Amino acid sequence: MFSYKAIYVIVSREFKRFFRQRGRLIVTFARPILWLFVVGAGFTRLVNIPAGMNYKQFLLPGIIGMTILFSSIFSSISVVWDREFGFLREMLVAPISRTTIVMGKLLSGAALSVLQGAALLIFSPLLGLKMNLVEFLAMLFFMTLLSVAITALGLFIAAFLTSLEGFNVIMNFIVLPMFFLSGALYPMNVLPPALHYFTLINPLSYGIDAFKHVLFKNNTAFGAEFPLFLDIGLLALFSVGMTILAARFFERKG
Amino acid sequence: MSIIRVTDLVKRYNGLAAVDSISFTVNEGESFGFLGPNGAGKTTTINILCTLLSQTSGKAEVNGFDCLKQPPQVRSSIGLVFQDITLDNELTAYENLKFHCYLYNMEKAKAEERIEAILHVVGLYDRKDDLVRKFSGGMKRRLEIARGLLHHPKVLFLDEPTLGLDPQTRAHVWEFINNWRKKEGITVFLTTHYMDEAEVCDRIAIIDHGKIITCGTPEELKKMIKGDTIYLKTEDDKAAGTEIEKNFGIKTIKLHDSICFNVEAGDKFIPKIFDGLKTAVFSVNLKKPTLDDVFMHLTGREIREDNNSSRGGETLRLRRKKG
Repeated sequence: MFSYKAIYVIVSREFKRFFRQRGRLIVTFARPILWLFVVGAGFTRLVNIPAGMNYKQFLLPGIIGMTILFSSIFSSISVVWDREFGFLREMLVAPISRTTIVMGKLLSGAALSVLQGAALLIFSPLLGLKMNLVEFLAMLFFMTLLSVAITALGLFIAAFLTSLEGFNVIMNFIVLPMFFLSGALYPMNVLPPALHYFTLINPLSYGIDAFKHVLFKNNTAFGAEFPLFLDIGLLALFSVGMTILAARFFERKG
Repeated sequence: MSIIRVTDLVKRYNGLAAVDSISFTVNEGESFGFLGPNGAGKTTTINILCTLLSQTSGKAEVNGFDCLKQPPQVRSSIGLVFQDITLDNELTAYENLKFHCYLYNMEKAKAEERIEAILHVVGLYDRKDDLVRKFSGGMKRRLEIARGLLHHPKVLFLDEPTLGLDPQTRAHVWEFINNWRKKEGITVFLTTHYMDEAEVCDRIAIIDHGKIITCGTPEELKKMIKGDTIYLKTEDDKAAGTEIEKNFGIKTIKLHDSICFNVEAGDKFIPKIFDGLKTAVFSVNLKKPTLDDVFMHLTGREIREDNNSSRGGETLRLRRKKG
């Protein structure tokens, strides 16, 4: 049984939890600020970008991508959290399908990520990256695509995790490499070929690349590296595929 | 009419039978206790009945629906209270209940009315807007049981519902369950290894090593133990023992500071002791048979042997999960 009421209540639970966990809220906003204005400030002096932009500007799309990455993974790992603390059973014995639970988690995780990513756009005028309304809406659209893709990936991983101990492994062996090999901190084409291949199979690369299309429209040297239609197409494909996989494995493993 | 019907149910884990071909029925409106030591197969059976686990073979039906083939219908017919607390600590009591109503597709107005009524009954109405994190173990239990009843289930499953609660809170939880059972005519299926909890059930099945070894009302089960046990403390236990054997033809067992013997209708036998004994009697103690004795009689073990250690362990585990 597919129940919209159930999806609604799962989403509203995640929002309540998010805004009640002050620690998580603070980290959510402190982490990107640290990257942009501390790491960014240091590297701006070190890295010479000739084409009329500075490193802080270069970091913005990457840090938006990072925020979405961490937030989406954290949201989807909440399934494991629910399992550990027993709350998942309350959902599993209800007369709703597992797919309903997955959809609820997917929607809430993606929505929270977009919210946090969008909040970072207030820095864009501060950093001298101006946007018009259409560009702003385009950013929101790309953020949504990326958020759904990463949350679905997280849910797929969460279907296999039976305890929170696995979370550290996921953080260190999946999430951090995804961040470093995405074009967030440096252009992908400066990486040695072996590492460059990893960027091609990383969904985050395409999300951040889409952001660069909007934010660095005039820049050829440090701007986007893939065609925009490829970014959108691959992210959409990845989202659908991962959602189906997550729902299927969830159905089987619970 | 039987609301739960289990036939030749088997559940194997890697060839090992956790539930070994059990059959039983539970009648509508009764309270049915599943009694046995830890690891006897109680939780496995409940999980199959709740559609959380699929059986290896056999059949399980709840409210006329097959647990394997019609999980949504079964789930709509049952309420569940698990061994571990399954509330969301970061939500308020009210929000936890509302979450449940929506999962069970209740209408908003009906849900709100029901939540309010049930919160009054469990005595948590004043705390409805407090985060569950701030609740004591007993309050959480009451809230969970309230939640299990929200969607008007036909059967309420309680898996060790009072584990880790102090005696006073346990009594309170039971009072509430029984009141509610009578009010709404629901069937209660519970697992426990507390004898006094099983005692209040209409019928009990005793399960050990995945098999039901006996099933009946507490009175029927206790009748399996012939008579009562009388404990005597006397001036001279040895002399008293010989006297009883000579005068009444009953064999006595010598304990370290008393003697004991089995006799039918022990309460009526006590006056005879004073007539038939020359040795001075200091105290007389009569022990009616308990379910403990039934379990010991059938398995040759005490049910508590397996439990004391593990009960401590489970309480610890519960505490860790709460923290």
